[in-house]
Amino acid sequence: MSQLLQHLINGLASGTIYALVALGYTMVYGVLKLINFAHGDVMMVGVYMGYATAFALGREAQRSLWGVVVIFAVAMGGCALLGFLIERFAYRPLREKPRLTALITAIGISFALSYGFQLDIGFLPGASPRAFPEVIVPTEWFIVGDRDVVVWNWQVISFLIAVTLMGALQFLVYRTRFGKAMRAVSWDHRTAALMGIPTDRIIALTFMLSSALAAGAGLLYAIKDTSVSPLMGLYVGLKAFVAAVIGGIGNVPGAVVGALLLGLVEEFVVGYAASTWRDAVAFGFLILVLLVKPGGLFGRVAAEKV
Amino acid sequence: MSEPVKVLGERRAFAPLLTVEGLQVRYGAIQALRGVSLQVGKGEMVALIGANGAGKTSTLRAVSGMLKAAAGRITLEGKDTTSLKAHQLVPRGMAHAPEGRGIFPNLTVQENLELGAYLRRDTARIEQDMEKGFTLFPVLKERRRQLAGTLSGGEQQMLAIARALLSKPQLLLLDEPSLGLAPQVTETIFRTLREVNATGVSVLLVEQNAHLALNAAHYGYVLETGEVVMAGAGKALLESAEVRRAYLGE
Repeated sequence: MSQLLQHLINGLASGTIYALVALGYTMVYGVLKLINFAHGDVMMVGVYMGYATAFALGREAQRSLWGVVVIFAVAMGGCALLGFLIERFAYRPLREKPRLTALITAIGISFALSYGFQLDIGFLPGASPRAFPEVIVPTEWFIVGDRDVVVWNWQVISFLIAVTLMGALQFLVYRTRFGKAMRAVSWDHRTAALMGIPTDRIIALTFMLSSALAAGAGLLYAIKDTSVSPLMGLYVGLKAFVAAVIGGIGNVPGAVVGALLLGLVEEFVVGYAASTWRDAVAFGFLILVLLVKPGGLFGRVAAEKV
Repeated sequence: MSEPVKVLGERRAFAPLLTVEGLQVRYGAIQALRGVSLQVGKGEMVALIGANGAGKTSTLRAVSGMLKAAAGRITLEGKDTTSLKAHQLVPRGMAHAPEGRGIFPNLTVQENLELGAYLRRDTARIEQDMEKGFTLFPVLKERRRQLAGTLSGGEQQMLAIARALLSKPQLLLLDEPSLGLAPQVTETIFRTLREVNATGVSVLLVEQNAHLALNAAHYGYVLETGEVVMAGAGKALLESAEVRRAYLGE
């Protein structure tokens, strides 16, 4: 019983991180119908930005509350800028071209970032993973019985940060003028423009928002994993993409539910079967969901308009 | 380049609002418009009729900035708007209710209407104008919390018109408002259109139903394969043997 509880806690902790990344896939898909395969790699760049900031701050400062705030702010702000640049110069010129062109461009950017960061020149970090500094010094916050259930401080903090960011996003999408415009663009950007909505600006802001969320998620992941590497974006990005598809891509609550389910499934496989099975079961779960509900759990299978 | 346009009847005098001269539109190699010229005056209702594929929708789209003009000039109140994009024309008084209604089915009726007023900051007046829209189409008020996708076809058309009016347009572009609607619903919509027009909003109306359109409009243009072939006062066109044969099935 206590083992089950422990797995639930761990699963939720990683699920909320996946959710933040998955939301980025789903939002960009929502407004552009583009699977932004570079999304995970933008996250990775954000983690390196946080990593560099932590070092610049030094060992004392990086562990203080304001230090952590600065690390998150730099990474999220830097990624928002990166997301803006990618959209502006890679995707926007292809907006009216066949969708496949943008998709291949996204894959290209993904590889450019993940392999570019393995170079060892200038500021680029090189291929080998590095230890991510302990910006949140691990402490056991709740212990049940004889260490039957352990809840770490970073799990709670990471959960709270993720839930706060998701709540903010929910508010933004469903309660603000920007969110209304975003939902209009996601239905049909041509009609949205007829309302006077500057669609290019809304799309750019969506990219910035999703990239900033990814940077936040990436930092939480790096804190959990205590490491950062150029390939982490491909791995985490793929998992989050799977989560978004399970929930129904383009659907905001779906991405969260899909990510939590994926986090739990992975955790239970590791806990009760074997960790080597984790990825196989994760992708098997995706196939299973798509067999039963091809549009994902919350997605609608849209009939093609003729 | 083309034969002179046949003009029937007298045009009532209106101050000029929209002027389109020699408008050409291309889709790749296909030329959809081959030099369309037309005018809409302040407070005037103008109908654009013609067969499928004559270029009616392309004309509206080019005027509202959804399509780029390959050649020609569009002016709104004397200012050249040819190269402006759709979202830049809304603040200049253009509202376009596109073909197939173009409502946002994933948003509520209320949110759709709010998007019509997207660029306006006068919250109190928006509220008043929304009430005005509800008096035009009371059914929208009952359904304001519903997702727009759950409305019937007629209700969606009403929403599209009410939403377009919330931007406080000088010129309302309407694409096939009668499409797929029952005759009584169409009648309601056209009655409302005349009311709206009587308050001073100019209307450029695209319709397949030539009888309906020419009856409502002050002036009409007949499009054929991307060109204006005939123009005239609504009633005069209705009485013309050519129009009756080609578009009224007589």
